[in-house]
Amino acid sequence: MSARDLHGPGAPWGPHEPGSKANVDFKVVGRAHAKVDGLAKATGAAVYADDIVLPGMLHAKTLRSPHAHAKIRRIDVSKARALKGVHAVITGDAMPMKYGVIPWTPDENALAVDKVRFIGDPVAAVAAIDEDTANAALKLIEVEYELLHAFFDPHESLVRAEPAIHEGRKEGNISKSVQLEFGAVETALAGADVVVEDDYFFHGSTHAPIEPHCAVATYSPEGVLTLWSATQITHYVHRALARVLELPAHRIRVIQPCLGGAFGGKSDPFSLEFCVAKLAMLTGRAVKMLWTREEVFYAHRGRHPMYLHYRSGATKDGKLTGVDAKILIDGGSYSSFGLVTTYYSGQLLTGPYHFPTYRFDSTRVFTNKPPCGPKRGHGSVQPRFAFEVQLDQLAEKLALDPIEIRRRNFQGDFTRTVNGQRVTSNGFLQCLDEVERASGWKARRGKLGPGRGLGVAGSMYISGTNYPVYPNDMPQAGVQLKVDRSGLVTVFTGGNDIGQGSNSMCAYIVAEELGIPLERIRVVAADTDLCPVDLGAYSSRVTFMVGNATIDACRKLREKLVAAVAEKWQCAPSRVRLIEGLVIDLDDTSRSLTSVEAFHLAETKFDTLGSTGSYNTPKLGGDYRGGTIGASPAYSFTAHVVDASVDTETGRITVHDVWIAHDCGRALNPMIVAGQMEGSAYMGLAEALYEEHDVNRFGLHRGPSLLDYRLPTSLDTPEFRALIVESIDPEGPYGAKEAGEGPLHPCLPALSNAIYDAVGIRLKHLPFTPAKVLAALRAKQESAPLAAQGGKR
Amino acid sequence: MRGMGEYQLEVNGDTQPVSAPDHWTLLEVLRYRLGLTGSKQGCDKGDCGACTVLVDGKPVLACLTLARASEGRAITTIEGLMPAHLRAGGTGADPLQQAFDRCGALQCGFCQPGMILSARALLDRCPQPSREDMRDALSGNLCRCTGYTQIFEAIESAVAEKLQLQPKLRSWEAQRAAKESTR
Ligand code: FES
Ligand code: FES
Repeated sequence: MSARDLHGPGAPWGPHEPGSKANVDFKVVGRAHAKVDGLAKATGAAVYADDIVLPGMLHAKTLRSPHAHAKIRRIDVSKARALKGVHAVITGDAMPMKYGVIPWTPDENALAVDKVRFIGDPVAAVAAIDEDTANAALKLIEVEYELLHAFFDPHESLVRAEPAIHEGRKEGNISKSVQLEFGAVETALAGADVVVEDDYFFHGSTHAPIEPHCAVATYSPEGVLTLWSATQITHYVHRALARVLELPAHRIRVIQPCLGGAFGGKSDPFSLEFCVAKLAMLTGRAVKMLWTREEVFYAHRGRHPMYLHYRSGATKDGKLTGVDAKILIDGGSYSSFGLVTTYYSGQLLTGPYHFPTYRFDSTRVFTNKPPCGPKRGHGSVQPRFAFEVQLDQLAEKLALDPIEIRRRNFQGDFTRTVNGQRVTSNGFLQCLDEVERASGWKARRGKLGPGRGLGVAGSMYISGTNYPVYPNDMPQAGVQLKVDRSGLVTVFTGGNDIGQGSNSMCAYIVAEELGIPLERIRVVAADTDLCPVDLGAYSSRVTFMVGNATIDACRKLREKLVAAVAEKWQCAPSRVRLIEGLVIDLDDTSRSLTSVEAFHLAETKFDTLGSTGSYNTPKLGGDYRGGTIGASPAYSFTAHVVDASVDTETGRITVHDVWIAHDCGRALNPMIVAGQMEGSAYMGLAEALYEEHDVNRFGLHRGPSLLDYRLPTSLDTPEFRALIVESIDPEGPYGAKEAGEGPLHPCLPALSNAIYDAVGIRLKHLPFTPAKVLAALRAKQESAPLAAQGGKR
Repeated sequence: MRGMGEYQLEVNGDTQPVSAPDHWTLLEVLRYRLGLTGSKQGCDKGDCGACTVLVDGKPVLACLTLARASEGRAITTIEGLMPAHLRAGGTGADPLQQAFDRCGALQCGFCQPGMILSARALLDRCPQPSREDMRDALSGNLCRCTGYTQIFEAIESAVAEKLQLQPKLRSWEAQRAAKESTR
């Protein structure tokens, strides 16, 4: 990171240097403005991928494997090709080049080559005049399979290498294994006053954005491929297309239209993107593929199931001495982001509490199931669940209040974690204070009546990471500004707005910096022909990185505007202030210009008006292999209190209230931050209580529909109370950090802890179904004479 | 090949000729014949509510309705609200659409055409709904982004605007107000 990447957390205008903390007078930032695309979405005018209809467009469909693990002996597509209305049929040999979002683990093909690895693996694709014809053609494709032993239990994959799900790897069916130790854990645990050791299980879950994946491609006579895709990372799709289609990247343009939700589920390059591109090249026609809801479940890339074993020790006064974790990760059939997941499962646990010693041993294995990947809170929601329940178990043994034990272990701000990560601002204590106060913790806990209780949990999460997926030293985020003589400023950003509001965030910053109204700003995003590279919407990086790049671009432009006006007024530049569409002289209120006039002056003095800005992370991370994975320029912190009750007859859990306190640095727009917090908590509760992504004993998905998967409706969702904590980070844009993923984490353990408080059962295996609750209640009753000595309600 | 049908549909006040395969749903005809892509398809099997349109003022899942079965009935899609509001002498989008915009209820926005139409139908029959009424009326419209809270707040904001009531403070506003009062 160079000085250009640091802008200071204060307002751009004021008596001090731009960005100085002493400038507190924000005009746009910190207020609940509407989004730049809100009305377009509310009126149906916003264009999503499937809304794109091009002249002569063909429709494509995918043939998928009915077997979990099999060799492909023979494929015959001749009958499908001969069907009237069919324009092209392709199979794996059309695109033999393997790809993978992580460059070290390319193990996917656009369409299966030689073998299939899960029920739903894509095998062939057809482009036809309409969907009905394409579907009819799929039925005419003959595939002969030779079945192989299929793996559904990750424990089996751990010990059995044959048949290999991916051939030619010396690690057999092990996808990635990481062992790291920081300090002498065994000694620390031996010296602890109490040790808790237990097993936890986190099931699989999926993103289920309401918009299914969709892609449209055209291939121009000049040989330019254009792809519109419902992706959250345009740049990686661009790179993957070049590789798989074996086309130079400059002949490919990737555009993300308005996106109907992603949550990590649209981060990988997907089969349909390659297929529509190839089919467009083969047919000379525009081609669209829209996945059915069922296909979205097969594409998956959702939360990895994890078997988690934790041992934690503490002193009598509740201070942690050491934490030891052993984690088995079920990766499903492909690598996807798995290398990162494996590291994240250990690396992201070392806050908000101080760990004097820490060790983790995480292994990800392949199974013949839909591939897992990054879901909101990638790799860290699962260990967080286990650890926060274990922390409650420690508190119980020590007869400490669960909030108090968390306070006592607070790591502090501006510190370093045991695994070498730099922590800057840290508002975790205020988060605990907020949820304690708002939930009435002290007054209400223990007095809610039978079967009802309160639980707490905390967490931290990254605001982007300095690990750029493919190694390079170029900026992680770039932004361009273009100024029109009408007074309009257009922001070009490669950042992907996936509904989190990143385009709006850019507009707020430009309005703040240039002192112009929001309606004079337009944002053009996620189009590789028009926008500078940005690494996309993942790892909660966009506000931090694109925000900083936007400030950078604005400050350069502002300098020119101020210089041009100061020259005209023959005054010191420090007297010129851009505010609310005007330019004023701070010392002589009798003169002012409109910002449009200032733009004209600057264009006259300098040249065509515009600017670029960028952001790159500082050098971060521990000095060991993998030490940069999970290293973030700033961490967000969260605490939840959940109020829940259990019906001991039916085993049904009711969640009454969730208080979410989240340290987002500075809330650039508190309404959008609150929306991210509420949406995160909703998603966490959904996976705690209802959702489960799993296959049956044949490898067939247990319910690939929104109804069977049980997305919570408005009737199933409790009240959420978003409480914003602003620690003002020194390096974030105006001090901001992430808000989109962190607030999910504590929801699940806080619920488990609330249920313990309510009825004295420890739910350690997700999801918390009525059957599991009843079984735990029965087990508790059977051991009642023992438990009575513990004195728990 | 299955048969093609020629018929007329009344959509957003206009009667339109349609020529489409007989088995096409109302959603397919709206999106791919009439170019009204505001109605979304999230599942195509009645689970998500993204395709909700109003038929004679009542919310209906367009993905489960054969297009032909809607002949002779008044269909309203999300595209119809703003023009209707303008025709009635209003300015800008329908007040409910504006409230959703103002209150941050639109994240990815994919559920929202259906959500807004369900909410519109609710307000048309119940001008001052409770949260329970809202939960009930919107239970067929899944939203994956918001956790529903800001959707309820948007509806409440629209009601408050219309009935000139003081809108309730949102949790983070109450938190701010409490902080400012102790300062
Ligand atoms: S698309 Fe009609 S209910 Fe989902
Ligand atoms: S706003 Fe995204 S699904 Fe509701």
